[in-house]
Amino acid sequence: MPRRLAQAVVVLWAAFTLSFVVLYLLPGDAVLTKLGSAEGGVTASDAEVAAARAAHGLDDPLPVQYGKRLLAALRGDFGTSVSTGDDATHLVLSALPPTLAVTGLALVLAVLFGGGVAVLGTYTRQRWLGQLLLSLPPLGISLPSFWVGLVLIQVFSFQLRLVPALGSTGFASLVLPAVTLALPTGAIIGQVLAKSLRTQLAEPYVEVVLAKGASRGRVHFGHALRGAALPALTLVGVVAGNLLAGSVVTETVFARDGVGRVTAAAVTAQDIPVVQAVIVLAAFFFVAVNLAVDLLYPLLDPRLAAPAARTGKVTADA
Amino acid sequence: MTGVSAGLLRIDGLDVTYRTRTGPVRAVRGVDLTVHPGQIVAVVGESGSGKSTTAHAAIGLLPAGGRVEAGSITFDGRDLTGLSEKGWRSVRGTGIALVPQDPTVSLDPVRRVGEQVAEVLRIHRLAPRARLAAEAVELLRRAGVDRPGQRARQYPHQLSGGLRQRVLIAIALAGEPRLIIADEPTSALDVTVQRAILDHLQELAAESGTAVLLITHDLGVAADRAAHVAVMSGGTVVEQGPTREVLGAPAHAYTRDLLAAAPALAGEPLRPRRPAGTDVLLAVTGLRRSFDGTAAVDDVSFTLTRGRTLALVGESGSGKTTTARMAVGLETPDAGTVTFDGEDITAARGERLRALRRRFQLVHQNPYASLNPRMTLGDIVAEPLRAFGVGDRASRRERAAELLEQVALPVSALRRRPVELSGGQRQRVAIARALALNPDLVVLDEPVSALDVSVQAQILRLLVRLQQEHGLTYLFITHDLAVVRQVADEVGVMRRGRLVESGPTDAVLTDPSAEHTRELLAAIPGTRVTAS
Repeated sequence: MPRRLAQAVVVLWAAFTLSFVVLYLLPGDAVLTKLGSAEGGVTASDAEVAAARAAHGLDDPLPVQYGKRLLAALRGDFGTSVSTGDDATHLVLSALPPTLAVTGLALVLAVLFGGGVAVLGTYTRQRWLGQLLLSLPPLGISLPSFWVGLVLIQVFSFQLRLVPALGSTGFASLVLPAVTLALPTGAIIGQVLAKSLRTQLAEPYVEVVLAKGASRGRVHFGHALRGAALPALTLVGVVAGNLLAGSVVTETVFARDGVGRVTAAAVTAQDIPVVQAVIVLAAFFFVAVNLAVDLLYPLLDPRLAAPAARTGKVTADA
Repeated sequence: MTGVSAGLLRIDGLDVTYRTRTGPVRAVRGVDLTVHPGQIVAVVGESGSGKSTTAHAAIGLLPAGGRVEAGSITFDGRDLTGLSEKGWRSVRGTGIALVPQDPTVSLDPVRRVGEQVAEVLRIHRLAPRARLAAEAVELLRRAGVDRPGQRARQYPHQLSGGLRQRVLIAIALAGEPRLIIADEPTSALDVTVQRAILDHLQELAAESGTAVLLITHDLGVAADRAAHVAVMSGGTVVEQGPTREVLGAPAHAYTRDLLAAAPALAGEPLRPRRPAGTDVLLAVTGLRRSFDGTAAVDDVSFTLTRGRTLALVGESGSGKTTTARMAVGLETPDAGTVTFDGEDITAARGERLRALRRRFQLVHQNPYASLNPRMTLGDIVAEPLRAFGVGDRASRRERAAELLEQVALPVSALRRRPVELSGGQRQRVAIARALALNPDLVVLDEPVSALDVSVQAQILRLLVRLQQEHGLTYLFITHDLAVVRQVADEVGVMRRGRLVESGPTDAVLTDPSAEHTRELLAAIPGTRVTAS
C-alpha cells in the first residue's frame, strides 16, 4: 500500500511537470492574448506587457518559474487566471460540483447499461437476442459523443419536450448529458464484462457447479459474474478518468457549467494557470479512482488477499 | 424400479456427434455400457477415444456442439436422453455426481471451499440453512481433508492439488448420489497422492454403496480398482468384461497394444544398461537453493558419465526440476558447484554461459506450451541454429529437414505449424530442436508425462535410439518409476529437496533402501495386478 501511494504521488508530480513543460514551451502567450496583441493589432506598449508578465511571474528563468510554481501547487495554489484574474484553483473547484453530478450519474448509468447488456447477452438462450445485445457495445463505442448529444437534444428536448436541452439547473438537465457521456463508457464496460463472463463460463469449474445440480442462473449470478467483475472493475478505474475528459465535449454541446467548459475556455485563451490546475485535478481524480479500485480488488478476489499455497506443492499434505 | 439385472446406469447404442467447423465428427459410436449398483466400472482409452464424451453424456454435460444422436441412457429406470434442463437438475448431484479431471481448475477461485461443498446441500435443500456450514465441514472430514473446520474457510488457491481433489470428492458425495462419474480424477496428481485419493474414493463408495464410473487412460489404475472394464478406441468399445479377463487375456489387438505400452505393467528396459564410464560429463556437489526461506534443493550431489542416463525421480515439489535447472545454469545455486566436462561452470555468466548452452539442451514437459504457435516447424527446429549463427538460410533449412527426419516426422511438416500436430508429434519437434546444435547433454523434464501411454512408449523408444546414434547423455526428470525402469541407467530419488537414495536403476528398484522409494514403488498403479 505505501508503494501504491508513492506511485500516486509520482503520477501527480509527472502530470504537473509534463503540463508545465508543454504549456510553457508552447509558442503563444496568455498575456499577449489578453492585451490583444496576438493578431498583430498592438494595443499595449512593451512596458505594459512586461509589467503584466512580471505580475504573473512570467519573467523569471524557466527553472525558477518551475520551482516556484511546484511549491505553490503543493499548497494548492496554481496562480491566478490570466484572463479573469480569479484564483485558478478556486475557479476550477467551483466548477467541479456540476461536473461531478453529470459524471457520477454517467458512471452509474454506464455500469447499469454496460453490466446489464453483458449479463443479459450472455445469459439469454435466444441466440438472436444474445447477438443483438452483444453487438450494442461495439456500436456504442463507435458513435461520436457530440453527435449523440445533438441527436438526443433533437429527439428528447425539441420533439418530445421531456427534458431541457441546455443549461445546468435541476436534475432533468442532467439526464441528457449523463446519457451522452455514459454511452461510450458503458459500451466499453459491457464489452469487457461480456468477454470475461464468456471466459468464466468456459472455465472447468462451471461444469462442477452444473454437476451439483445448479441452475444456469446460479452458475451465472452466483459464480461467473463475481469472477468476471474483476477485469471490469479495473476498467472502471480507467474509464472514470475518461469521463472527466468527455465532459469537455458534453458540457460544450449542452451549454452546461462545469470543469469541461472551464477547460475549453482556458485552452482557447491560453490561460496556463487554469489549464494546469485542470490537468492536475484530472490526474488527481484518476489516481484517486484507481487507488480505490486497488483497495477494492482484494475484497473481490481472495487470491490477492490471502497467501497462496506454494505452487507445485501437491505432495505431503494430501 | 427395475430389477438389478437392468443395472443402475445403462447405456445402449450411444452415438454422440460434435459439430465442428469442418463438419460433424462422430465422437462416440454404438457404445453399450452397464454399471450395477455399488460397482466400479472403468472405461479405459487414450485421448480421443470417446471415453470422456461417454461419461459426460451420462450426466448431460456434453461440451458445446456435442449432441446425443442415437441410443439411450437409462439411470435407475429413468430415460435421461430426452430430459429437460429441470429434469437434469434433479438428477445431478443427488443421482449422479461428477469428480472432474483437473482439481486445480475445477473449484470456483473466489468462493470459500466450505461454501462450495455446502452449495450441493443448498441446491437440493438437503440441510437447513443453519446447519450448512457444519455439514460441509463434516463432508470435508469424511473426504479425508485434515483440519476440515479451518480448510472450509479457505479459498481453493490456498490448498494443494491433492486437497482440492478431496474437496471435489466431498462435493460429489454431498448429495449422497447413487453413481459417481470420476473423469481421470487423479491424472493431474502425484502417484502417492493419486493412490491415497483413489483408495479413499473406493472406500467411501463401498461404504455408501455408491457405484463409480471411472474414466482413465491408465490401465494400471483400472486394473487396481475396477470390477469391470471397458476398453474404448476411436469412439467404440472394442472390448469389455470382468477386469481380470480383459486384462489377463485380452481378446482384442488394441487392448494387447495398450497393455504392452503401459510401462507399469510391461516395464522392461528399452536397452541394455550401460556400465558407469570414467568420462564424467556432469558433476554437481552440494547443491543448495531455497525460495522464500524454504529449501527447495538441499545438499544434492551426483555425477553423470558420458552416454548414460540419470533419472531424478520425485513428486511435485521434491526439487528435481530445480536441481536440473541449476545443473544447466538456468538457476543459480545458493551453494555447491556444477562441473561440466571438467570445467567449473557454477558462476558462468554472459558469453561463457551462452557458449555452454550450445552443449546442453532442454526438452520441456508440456509440448503444447513449449512451441511457439506462430512459427512453422522448420523455423522452430532451426531456431537454435539461427540463435548461434550457424550456417546460412539454405543450410539451416537442410539441417531442419534432417532433424525432422531423425525424429520420424515427414519433411513436408517443415511448413506446418504446431496446432496441426498431436501431442506426441509436438514432443518430437521439441526433441528435434534440442538436437539441432549437437549437444552433449540433454535435460528431459518429464518429457512424456503429458502424453498417452502408447505415444509415451514411442517417444521413449525414440529417445533411446537417438541416444545410441548420437552418444547423448540424458538427465531425465520424472515422477514415474515405471519410466525410470525403461530408460535410466542410474536413478536418484528426491524428496523435499534431498537426494534420499541413488544408485544403478535395477538395484534401487528391486531393493530400495529408502522408505520413500518403497512408497513410490508401491504407489505405481497396476502393481496389484502384476503381483497377483
